[in-house]
Amino acid sequence: MNNKPPPNSFRSGPDERGHFGIFGGRFVAETLMPLILDLEKAYTDAKADPAFHAEMSGHLRDYVGRPSPLYFAERLTEHLGGAKIYFKREELNHTGSHKVNNVLGQIMVARRMGKKRIIAETGAGQHGVATATLCARFGLECFVYMGAVDVERQQPNVIRMEMLGAKVIPVQSGTRTLKDAMNEALRDWVTNVHNTFYCIGTVAGPHPYPMMVRDFQSIIGEETRKQMQEAEGRLPDSLIACIGGGSNAMGLFHPFLDDPSVEIFGVEAAGHGLTQLHAASIAGGRPGVLHGNRTYLLMDDDGQIQDAHSISAGLDYPGIGPEHSWLHEIGRVKYLSATDEEALAAFQLLSRLEGIIPALEPAHAIAKIMELAPKRPKDHLMVVNLSGRGDKDVPQVGDILRGKKK
Amino acid sequence: MTSRIDARFAQLKKEGRSAFVTYLMAGDPDPSTSLEVVKSLPKAGADIIELGMPFTDPMADGPSIQAAGLRALKAGMTLKKTLAMVRDFRKDDDVTPLVLMGYYNPIYIYGVDKFLNDAKSAGLDGLIVVDLPPEEDSELCVPALKAGLNFIRLATPTTDDKRLPAVLANTSGFVYYVSVTGITGSASADSKVVGEAVTRIKRHTALPVCVGFGIRTPEAARAIAASADGAAVGTALVEALRGSLDSEGKATAKTVTAVAELTAALAGGIRAAK
Repeated sequence: MNNKPPPNSFRSGPDERGHFGIFGGRFVAETLMPLILDLEKAYTDAKADPAFHAEMSGHLRDYVGRPSPLYFAERLTEHLGGAKIYFKREELNHTGSHKVNNVLGQIMVARRMGKKRIIAETGAGQHGVATATLCARFGLECFVYMGAVDVERQQPNVIRMEMLGAKVIPVQSGTRTLKDAMNEALRDWVTNVHNTFYCIGTVAGPHPYPMMVRDFQSIIGEETRKQMQEAEGRLPDSLIACIGGGSNAMGLFHPFLDDPSVEIFGVEAAGHGLTQLHAASIAGGRPGVLHGNRTYLLMDDDGQIQDAHSISAGLDYPGIGPEHSWLHEIGRVKYLSATDEEALAAFQLLSRLEGIIPALEPAHAIAKIMELAPKRPKDHLMVVNLSGRGDKDVPQVGDILRGKKK
Repeated sequence: MTSRIDARFAQLKKEGRSAFVTYLMAGDPDPSTSLEVVKSLPKAGADIIELGMPFTDPMADGPSIQAAGLRALKAGMTLKKTLAMVRDFRKDDDVTPLVLMGYYNPIYIYGVDKFLNDAKSAGLDGLIVVDLPPEEDSELCVPALKAGLNFIRLATPTTDDKRLPAVLANTSGFVYYVSVTGITGSASADSKVVGEAVTRIKRHTALPVCVGFGIRTPEAARAIAASADGAAVGTALVEALRGSLDSEGKATAKTVTAVAELTAALAGGIRAAK
């Protein structure tokens, strides 16, 4: 039987082996392979079960607080003098970011599989907080791996996770950031295969994770589509989101991939600049294999993974989800990057103009609309995903700004 | 042509004993000491030598082997130098099988065809690549078999009877049974449970079955070797090497002998098994 996807669709991936073009796949140890196949089956069953969707919708509405608003950023629009800018307000979700959409879905799948012990990796702590929250809500044991460097710079989220009953395990191996947290979570999983569910926080990892996380995050784009119809009677003209692994971006982009009139931009973290330390895997990396998938990675000529750097712990990862790598190669999405400096400037601008303190992650996307919006006409509808709120970053940014004033 | 691995198992069968498989990280603590250590292994009783290919992100390894990889990388080890080490070893030893073990990315970046070509001409016998399950066989396994290298697959406690045929399909040389669910150097293996698992795997294949992960002492090696065709020891040897280093992690006069002595003790355990 010929199962080829219909032509001219960017939304039919991955194939049955988890590939988006050459990207994706299942590059894991044999110990994990049977679990990944079980998960794929459990997720496929859940996806086809109306009861699963009904329960999800109920929790998304009453616990997460969806739909999140699509907000016309009037003063920012005036300030930039071009495109009409809308924010998808994911920072208003319970737990303060888009991460909760995915975690809710995965926890529901874990419950169907009878798993009682949940592990997660986290960078900025947003995914860790969301996982700790839903584990508390459903009475599950929760262990969060977090690089020791990130534990230092994201203390408010560490405290939140502990209050929610999770055990936060600082990871001392390697560079002690997000990639090492993911290594350590994989080591835990391989050791505790029988009772443990690994709740991955982004559209990366072995198949089916990139697809499953994308599906759970796609509610962002689906709502945006509907809300923009209601507000303006048509589709948006452009979409922008920041990218570490790329789950908030994929969630916004995916429902629009087959609408050729919609321009799509992902914004990677350029750190100190692309010629120095950064976290922009597409701009500065090349295809390789890490953490279960083939994707763009930062590495040296020997295939050793390099340290990423970003002011934002949530973007401080040397890879990117495999579907993004594919969308880059086929040219459907344009990948830009913003430096630490640009993100800091955007962080401050948004706080003062709109009364919204964004997380440092979406501040990277805001930095790029400051460039893109003025060049576009006033009837151009631009949507930026405001993927998280900045409470967690207030101490860090405060220190930086005070240091600068001196 | 019979591979060195096949020849070695045929010889051991005649001798009526199991194989002792040693693992050390290539380039640990530096490339030249590492070569000396590896050269000393056959005389100390190693039957098959596995060399780790250093990688920054070894997701199936425990702290000892992670640290060994980082020491090697810090000392400038690369995949190219690992292949050079294989070639140097082969100058004096044309019979002891050499297997590279590690992760796929450095090989992928080196270029699969070029790597297989260079590895074969250096005198390598086999590959164990942890993050390439049968689902990704087209990446490296099938090309490696075509190039005349053995591709040794890991079977684990989670590999059930239904899945075993897929795992064994393109395996050659021997089957490496991972005796515990977990990372290298963690829990110790229960020899009775392992014996049952080996019997189960042998129902599906005529290949020798070696057991690794969680074997640290001559006694444990002896117990495992009683039921398996070979026992693999890695973390304990890597730790013996580390114990011989100075406070800056540099090799000392004791480094080669420290590893050789433990190798000899472990080999004694295995020779006493059958």
